[in-house]
Amino acid sequence: MTKNMIGLLGGMLFGLGLCISQMADPRKIMGFLDVAGNWDPSLLLVMLSGLVVIAIGYRLALKREKPVLDQQYYLPTNTQIDIKLIAGAILFGVGWGLIGYCPGPIMVSLGFFSAQILIVFFSMLVGMLSWNYLNSRHQS
Amino acid sequence: MDHFTPFSALIGGGLIGIAMILLFWFNGRIAGISGLIGGLFSRNTDDKSWRILFLAGLVLSGFIYHLYDPGIYSGMPVTSTPVLILGGFLVGFGTRMGNGCTSGHGLFGIARFSKRSIVATLLFISSAMVTVYLVQHMFGASL
Repeated sequence: MTKNMIGLLGGMLFGLGLCISQMADPRKIMGFLDVAGNWDPSLLLVMLSGLVVIAIGYRLALKREKPVLDQQYYLPTNTQIDIKLIAGAILFGVGWGLIGYCPGPIMVSLGFFSAQILIVFFSMLVGMLSWNYLNSRHQS
Repeated sequence: MDHFTPFSALIGGGLIGIAMILLFWFNGRIAGISGLIGGLFSRNTDDKSWRILFLAGLVLSGFIYHLYDPGIYSGMPVTSTPVLILGGFLVGFGTRMGNGCTSGHGLFGIARFSKRSIVATLLFISSAMVTVYLVQHMFGASL
């Protein structure tokens, strides 16, 4: 097994999970976000079972000295709750609420060949590059 | 709650969890989707090939699943192009600024008991719910 094979397999499994749970369907996401409407808690159960698997798997993995194909585990080092985290999360939430898509389902939906998804995908890329640009200017 | 689908939600969520653990167990990496995409545009990112293949796997799974069940894609709730552009932009900008999205913060971060991820997840779910409330119930979903 190589890192590339794990990447492809991981991506396909992740996408299959999104498809089976219908999380690639924005109406399903809207049903969860619309608490004042016909509320659909399915997304909470997707998160719950994902969290249980990861919480166990993560701790089992860390009992090993290193990952199978690398010399170290790569974990976030920033522990500060700063304005970037807060403002970024809020802005992401506004976008998520407007369209019912977060990044994973956007990627999976590219496989459905819809013009609307392409618009969302390229707008997301522009948003990411805009942040990179602003952030690099700020640092330099 | 007539649209509630508990079993497919639990199975799908479990598969997503297994996929993230697979990548962590073998490659030592957290599969945050916004981070994987955003990292492709950074000169500091090493070994980009597995990242590209992970993202390709996402697209491929959608393509294959759509062949098996075309009903998985049935159009969007919001169809106006300006809203799609604005929403997509905010998803991209916000996830990079806040360093994560539903997968990196919402799943892996919370499972690690990261305070940053717990705060981020509560914030983006809340702001999304407020946004949907305003659009659906104050402006009559006419965007």
